[in-house]
Amino acid sequence: MRITPPSSWWVVPLGELWNYRELLYFFVWRDIKIRYKQTAIGAAWAVLQPFLTMLVFSLFFGRLAHIPSQGLPYPVFYYSALLPWMYFASALQNATNTIVENQRLITKVYFPRLALPLSAVLSGLVDFGVSFLMFVAIMIYYRIHPSAALLWLPFFLLLAVLTALGVGLWLSALNAIYRDVRYVLPFLVQFWMIASPVAYPSSLVPEKWRWLYGLNPMAGVIEGFRWSLAGKGEPPSGLLFISMGVVLLVLLSGVAYFQKMETTVADVV
Amino acid sequence: MTETVIHVEGLGKRYRVGERERYLALRDVLTRAFTAPLRRGPRRTPDYMWALRDVSFDISQGEVVGLIGRNGAGKTTLLKLLSRITRPTTGFAEVRGRVGSLLEVGTGFHPELTGRENIYLSGAILGMSKREIDQKQDAIVAFSGVERYLDTPLKYFSTGMQMRLAFAVAAHLEPEILFVDEVLAVGDLEFQKKCLGKMQDISESGRTIVFVSHQMNQIRRLCQRVFWLENGQIHKSGPAGIVLGEYESALTSSRGNRNGSTNGTRTKAKFIGWQISETPAELPNLLTTLGQVTIRFTVEVFAPVQLGHHGIALFNSEKQLMWAWAKDEVKLEPGLREFRYTFPTLPLRPGSYCWQVSLWENGQVIDLWDCLPEMIIATEVHQHARDEWNGILNIPCQFVAGETS
Repeated sequence: MRITPPSSWWVVPLGELWNYRELLYFFVWRDIKIRYKQTAIGAAWAVLQPFLTMLVFSLFFGRLAHIPSQGLPYPVFYYSALLPWMYFASALQNATNTIVENQRLITKVYFPRLALPLSAVLSGLVDFGVSFLMFVAIMIYYRIHPSAALLWLPFFLLLAVLTALGVGLWLSALNAIYRDVRYVLPFLVQFWMIASPVAYPSSLVPEKWRWLYGLNPMAGVIEGFRWSLAGKGEPPSGLLFISMGVVLLVLLSGVAYFQKMETTVADVV
Repeated sequence: MTETVIHVEGLGKRYRVGERERYLALRDVLTRAFTAPLRRGPRRTPDYMWALRDVSFDISQGEVVGLIGRNGAGKTTLLKLLSRITRPTTGFAEVRGRVGSLLEVGTGFHPELTGRENIYLSGAILGMSKREIDQKQDAIVAFSGVERYLDTPLKYFSTGMQMRLAFAVAAHLEPEILFVDEVLAVGDLEFQKKCLGKMQDISESGRTIVFVSHQMNQIRRLCQRVFWLENGQIHKSGPAGIVLGEYESALTSSRGNRNGSTNGTRTKAKFIGWQISETPAELPNLLTTLGQVTIRFTVEVFAPVQLGHHGIALFNSEKQLMWAWAKDEVKLEPGLREFRYTFPTLPLRPGSYCWQVSLWENGQVIDLWDCLPEMIIATEVHQHARDEWNGILNIPCQFVAGETS
């Protein structure tokens, strides 16, 4: 093994990451354990958060503002969007803070730093799984049968994971250097939710602006979730391609930026 | 056997100091960007500091190498570079084999997790596989001696218990190359003893260790070779005994005003040098034998001394008196003279020692000299390897367990 000054930071160390897969597993395991140990009601949070938000949305946006819901009951309409959104928001938050939170580790031992944001994004999937069970209950309550579109769900979930990872890489690297990021993040998440079809369907956006709207990768993800879970409406095709392109771009640039930061992070944090 | 496992060439690490804070706030960057065009004069260039500069060496398999030097000399930086925590600015290093680094005890411990969970977490972070930890778990638990609290969150452990658990994990690492920073300085005597013992086992099994410590006795006991770092460079390297002795004498001589201090009138005579006969001319102050030793002090005599009184004393680096002796009625004629002492052996623990010679007449000091350079004893060690008491004497012995005679 040769230790040299940093040069080729655009090379993605996939092989290295693979060698450290057990550590990645332990990071995910640690995140989950700690999250559920430090809270009083543990896993219930994963259900309560989207459930209560769903109730509020259904009441205010649905009953009072009469937002169109593609013919779906409001709880189904909102919960199916909140599932990916809540995952994304918390994964993004955890990924952003991960470098700073683990600075002691970073300055004391070597491992591919990429493992930290990656594990933050992956560990959020457990919460997602728990809150998904709630969704199954809601579906049963409303007697909605999922269609074959459900098979697409893993794909949309993957897209959500990659989006969170791509943006998380950028923000965690920036956060290591500029601590303001921590204060910017809550606003960012809030604005992002308003710019995503969580509280309303993307059909409200005028057709000619739809492509611009698709630049937000979460727009494609959320519409995709609604479509594949509730089986109503049409698959988000054009929107989705733009979203996929953006995700790829953010992810690759995120990895590159993160790698660049990685070479100096132990000196900076 | 003498395969090179660590090859370092021209390694350097530069840090930025001065203007740069530990981390930046975005607003500072923005203000700077906006005010930059308005600023007059040349841009202030940041100051750089070389924590390590142009360091080259080779380490063969199975060697135990000690790094010594003052704080800020670059020891930890070197370990961080070798264990890939930070990247070099110049040069390169090649490391062959599975590396384990122990720059801190309890790396990766989390207070909310139980003792057992922390064994897994810390083990994985230090580079063990899950299977390895599964296998060694019982041994780790036994070594730590905290079985009873294993399923309690770590935050309820006392510091000492945390330390024991942490070290138990670290001790069961089995890398081919181990980098250890000053972790042994923490903890009580028993803990340190355990650590040293474990390190000894590791080195005896043919693995390579690079080890930082400020405790010279630890280094002396464990290391064959020592690098003395000074201002980011290797000031001196070589066999442990020699380099350590020089380092210790440098430390002591810079501590006080003992730079060969002399007292007395020095009108009739003065001491001008000393040397050990049995050693090569280029290292006249180095003692490597436990056999017969002849030490010669050169005196330059200006006027005849009739009823001289001569004293001699030997101190260790802590200014403790080892031995002293005196002689009355010394007669000296003008010219270069020599005081010659022959000892059958000087069985002292390796380290640095200082001779003090004096010459008196009629109750007046003619000259009193704390001999420099100090005498460095770098003989074979005949003390128990794990003896934390460090006796003063270093004598070989023969031992028989048998019938009473």
